[in-house]
Amino acid sequence: MADTMELRDIEVWDGNMAASQALRQVQVDVVAAYPITPSTPIVENYGNFTANGYVDGEFVMTESEHGAMSCCIGAAAAGGRVATATSSQGFALMVETLYSASGMRLPIVLNVVNRAIGAPLNVNGDHSDMYMGRDSGWIQLDAYCPQNAYDLNFIAFKVSEDHDVRLPAMVHQDGFMTSHTAQGVATLPDDVAYNFVGEYKPMNDMLDLDHPVTHGVQTEEDWHFEHKARQQHALMTAVIPKIEAAFDEFEKLTGRRYNLVEAYNMEDAEVAVVCMGTSVETAREVAEEMRAQHGIKAGVVGIRVFRPWPLEQIAAALKDVKAIGALDRSSPHGTVGALFNEISGSLFNTDTKAVLTNYIYGLGGRDLTKAHLVSIFTDLKANADAGKPTTPLQQYIGLRGPKLSFF
Amino acid sequence: MLEIRWHSRAGQGAVTGAKGLADVVSTTGKHVQAFAFYGSAKRGAAMTAYNRVDDKIIMNHEKFMRPDYVLVIDPALVYVADITANEKDSTVYIVTTHMSTEELIASQPKLEGKKVYTVDCIKISQETIGKAIPNTPMLGALMKVSGMYEMDFFKENMVRVLKKLPQKIIDANMIAIQRAYDEVK
Repeated sequence: MADTMELRDIEVWDGNMAASQALRQVQVDVVAAYPITPSTPIVENYGNFTANGYVDGEFVMTESEHGAMSCCIGAAAAGGRVATATSSQGFALMVETLYSASGMRLPIVLNVVNRAIGAPLNVNGDHSDMYMGRDSGWIQLDAYCPQNAYDLNFIAFKVSEDHDVRLPAMVHQDGFMTSHTAQGVATLPDDVAYNFVGEYKPMNDMLDLDHPVTHGVQTEEDWHFEHKARQQHALMTAVIPKIEAAFDEFEKLTGRRYNLVEAYNMEDAEVAVVCMGTSVETAREVAEEMRAQHGIKAGVVGIRVFRPWPLEQIAAALKDVKAIGALDRSSPHGTVGALFNEISGSLFNTDTKAVLTNYIYGLGGRDLTKAHLVSIFTDLKANADAGKPTTPLQQYIGLRGPKLSFF
Repeated sequence: MLEIRWHSRAGQGAVTGAKGLADVVSTTGKHVQAFAFYGSAKRGAAMTAYNRVDDKIIMNHEKFMRPDYVLVIDPALVYVADITANEKDSTVYIVTTHMSTEELIASQPKLEGKKVYTVDCIKISQETIGKAIPNTPMLGALMKVSGMYEMDFFKENMVRVLKKLPQKIIDANMIAIQRAYDEVK
């Protein structure tokens, strides 16, 4: 039996410690990991907890991220609660196995500490790895601060392991800006946290020798499409209601409210930015200042659930604004940003006539300052007043040298 | 909002110092943030660490800061790092040096006319802890200059923050904190 850890009501934790503590509290059976900056401390802390008797499970050190996720897949198919963490190139190396995990319908929780993907080599945070995962069939939840990184891990296990879902889930946090930034985190006692997620109930587990099953089969043309359709059906219909139910239950337990789409000051907003990660919180502060100091009715829409994409909820949150800025922290390499595309797709068949523009920012950890956000909101106000874009559709923010824009 | 910037070399404990300070401040019900720029993350490389303290929840995640306090825990950084970057008229500097405040300002004229305090955290940590880890003594100096907390309260909480260290090292840190508190000028 694992030892209980006494936590203070508020601990000053960085996002990595917050994630490792959540993994400890849900008593994961197998963590298989290969460390990479900036997610290393998640598995390092977890290894420490295991060695000191706070965890009953196995900690497996693998030879690569590909091996780490492969080991997670094996352990999940065997019937265990499974988790790991990675970032950047490590995430890229995992990609092949991510598709296996979701296609085999294995609930695994992967903490992704978002980091730029090289070249050039860079350990700092942007959303390139998160975006790379968006077609992999995983649920993707996004944290804006260490408190979210802690809370969303519980949500991830609860939803992922639900027998109506059985899909793996990623919990994203911004490299360094969340992962290495210490802030107050309201904690749950060990038993309360564990009971929220509950005991793991395996389904079709390979170690149930009385009911033999096959995992990872070959189907070819006659069944592949039907399997993929079932996977998409689960992701599109089962996940959103389960996440909402988990958010409701979590609010009852902790008082902390999460939503699929985090709308801030949107009731009467004329202009809005849509973004993810730490930028959402900074943008909220700037939106307040735009209202108080510049008389601009500014709002912020934060994406909490990136996959499955909450299309209807996004459209509802943005239906009354006149100008929207989609902020992408990843280089789209050859097109508009992913959020610009997603939002266009969400609004195209609606009555909304909002002007939509795209900002690429913060690549490789480049600071998104409050001053940048003021200039974005000011652009959006001009677009709202003109009823059409007054700037190029895609602009680079915070880039040194001559201004760069496209379309 | 109170904002603090640390100038340090990787390995001198600025991140630990910033996180330790955040931990102590958090116990008083205030909201805190502690983070750092790691750069190339090589031991000995110049780096900066940051604290934010506020009565309400801190939503600002920008790295840009106009600091109320600048804490320099490596003496040479006064000459090679931009320690006055983004300063305000009211910014207070606490610098680790073997020099007096007057001698320091004479050697680095850009500190002329600013609120500058000096304390030899390197010497204090060498004499108490046994190696040049100037982070905890700098916090003692900050407590004196800022009047942020009573020394007894601060030391009591630092004992908790440092609890994983051997008792002998914790005791030495407490002496270092008190010495810097007494010696900062």
